[in-house]
Amino acid sequence: MSEELYKQMAQCIIEGEKEIAIELAQKSIELKMHPLDTITKGFVVGVNYIGDQFGAGEAFLPELVMAGEAMKAAVAVLEPELLKLGEAREVMGRVVLATVEGDIHEIGKTLVGTMLSASGFEVTDLGVDQPADKIIGKALEIDAQIIGMSALLTTTMVRQREVIEELDKEGLRPRIRVMVGGAPITKDWAEKIKADGTSEDAVGAVQLAKRLVGKE
Amino acid sequence: MQPKLTLLSDDIIERIIDEAHQLMLKPGIKVQNPEARQLLGDAGAKVDEESQVVKIPSDIVKKALETVPREFYLYDYDGNPKVHYGGDSVHFDPGSSGITMLNPETLEYDTTETPHLLKLIKIAEQLPQYDAQSTAVICHEVPKDIQDTYRLYLVLLHSKKPVVTGAFTNKTVQDMIDMLALFAGGRDAIREKPRAIFDVCPAPPLIWSNFGAGNLIALARAGVPAEIVSVPLAGAAAPVTILGAITQHTAECLAGIAIHQLAHAGSPIVWGGAAAIFDMRKGATPMGAVETAMLDCSYAQVAKTLKMPTHTYLGATDSKLVDVQAGLESGITAMIGALSGINMISGAGMLDFLACHSAEKLVVDAEAISMAKRMVAGVTLHTDTLATGFYDEDINFKGGDFLKQRITMQLFRKEQYLPSSIIDRDSVRGWKDSGGLDAFGRAKIRVKELLASYTKPTLDEAKENALRDYMIDLAQKAGMDTLPSLKENDHIVA
Repeated sequence: MSEELYKQMAQCIIEGEKEIAIELAQKSIELKMHPLDTITKGFVVGVNYIGDQFGAGEAFLPELVMAGEAMKAAVAVLEPELLKLGEAREVMGRVVLATVEGDIHEIGKTLVGTMLSASGFEVTDLGVDQPADKIIGKALEIDAQIIGMSALLTTTMVRQREVIEELDKEGLRPRIRVMVGGAPITKDWAEKIKADGTSEDAVGAVQLAKRLVGKE
Repeated sequence: MQPKLTLLSDDIIERIIDEAHQLMLKPGIKVQNPEARQLLGDAGAKVDEESQVVKIPSDIVKKALETVPREFYLYDYDGNPKVHYGGDSVHFDPGSSGITMLNPETLEYDTTETPHLLKLIKIAEQLPQYDAQSTAVICHEVPKDIQDTYRLYLVLLHSKKPVVTGAFTNKTVQDMIDMLALFAGGRDAIREKPRAIFDVCPAPPLIWSNFGAGNLIALARAGVPAEIVSVPLAGAAAPVTILGAITQHTAECLAGIAIHQLAHAGSPIVWGGAAAIFDMRKGATPMGAVETAMLDCSYAQVAKTLKMPTHTYLGATDSKLVDVQAGLESGITAMIGALSGINMISGAGMLDFLACHSAEKLVVDAEAISMAKRMVAGVTLHTDTLATGFYDEDINFKGGDFLKQRITMQLFRKEQYLPSSIIDRDSVRGWKDSGGLDAFGRAKIRVKELLASYTKPTLDEAKENALRDYMIDLAQKAGMDTLPSLKENDHIVA
């Protein structure tokens, strides 16, 4: 019975069916299934599948985003149940995301946020045009392990370095790890500014974040 | 609404047809096939047996245009209609009759043999952009007498798609019709559901050769579709002007249709060609020239005025390599052909004035064809409102808002053609990580993948054996002990 339900859960994530995901999450509560099992044996299977498909070029951004949104919706239903049980879903890590100061592009960063949330990270997305002090302040406030910074312009990517230098000055690394991304960002650039990593896409960013928190 | 490219006004088209009729009377059409002269003479044309020139009055042509089918289909092995000749339908097939093939490793031009043709068949079979196979290259290791039959034999054994082919003699056209009949279950069956169409060429200027006219008659009587490939070379074998060359093309096509319909009224025939300008520096016939594409677009317009199905040769290049010139000439001309609403566009994969084939170019051209087909599909109204329905309460004025909409997921595949790995849309880093290759480098990989993923279609074993026996018999009559081994060749190709 629960096996069949797990399959349906994975499937609704793959198909990006948010409403069905919510229904199935509610049904699992009625059936007194353990919410952690529901997440890990059901919904997460779907997220992983679509992530793999995306990586292989078989799935596309709308499918990835819809899957992420459906996952978030299902988790939102299940989280209060976990709290009631005195448990919490294992948080993979806490992440602060932002587009750097002077830059207002954020499609990629938002995607990364969606996929990180879907994969069990607690994500605080500050949005666009964020100065270094704001980003670092938020990271300290929520005790984040990771700061993720996006920049689309070659003129604003230098801001990523400023944030890293500021973190170093305050002695906050390696307590806080930094991942950088955006169209002009290369591996060379990430190394040059001493970031902890960069990734080509949202699926890769999840893998990178897992690696940075030692939960690969 | 299907976007259309037109170059000629109605007035000019009327004048083209009028002057073409004049050309058929003066100087007339040189018809080198006695039977064709007989047919025309019996119908009332004035025949000069000595000069072989026939003056064809317009009433013969008008009658032919009344009996000729306005549309028909080519069918695949399983009997499904796959290629629609008629209206503004657009299909592509690989170019045919190449004599060399670009070796992707040495960049030399290899003389083509069985493995080369098999390679092209296997690739075209798997690419949906190609609605039909062609008999793409000549296999030089078999005797001349069976080079046309042998090509068709290989395609029939390895493909289920319709075939654009052609015979090299008046004898072998019968052999090829027999081969098709063997596979389809008799000559009536190929009339009912034709699998193949035969290219038949008049010779410019204004000549229907013994062989060309003979083929027209044979195909008409068998009810097997014929495709006129008139080749005016503007400035050498036809008037230098586009309008002049098109008028000659019209006269050659109309004369061909007249002979064809006199042989058997109601048999299917296509208004086609491989027109080209004549390059005044090199004396070449550039297939990638924009004027070549303009000739084709123009004659297609004439054909459409007469409600004839259409064919042309575009999507090819004169470059010797799969390079920037190859990409731009093939892409631009494929697009022009598609926008002209031409039913069958041959030429993909070809380099060097249609002499050289390239498997790598075939996979690159498939992308240009998809772009052309996407363009022809036009702009579609998918939603009740154009835009307002997209802005619901979840809109928070962020760039990614629309990625989260179900309708995006539902419609993006309809709105966007999703290219293969041939087209690079990666970041610099992603591109470098995957090898930092150019389109030719990516094409080499894709060709290898396609060769690896090919599986021979399952065909009726009895029919296959009958076809093989038929071919072995032809080969032995031509002096061969046995046919080239396909297995061994498969190995070489892979």
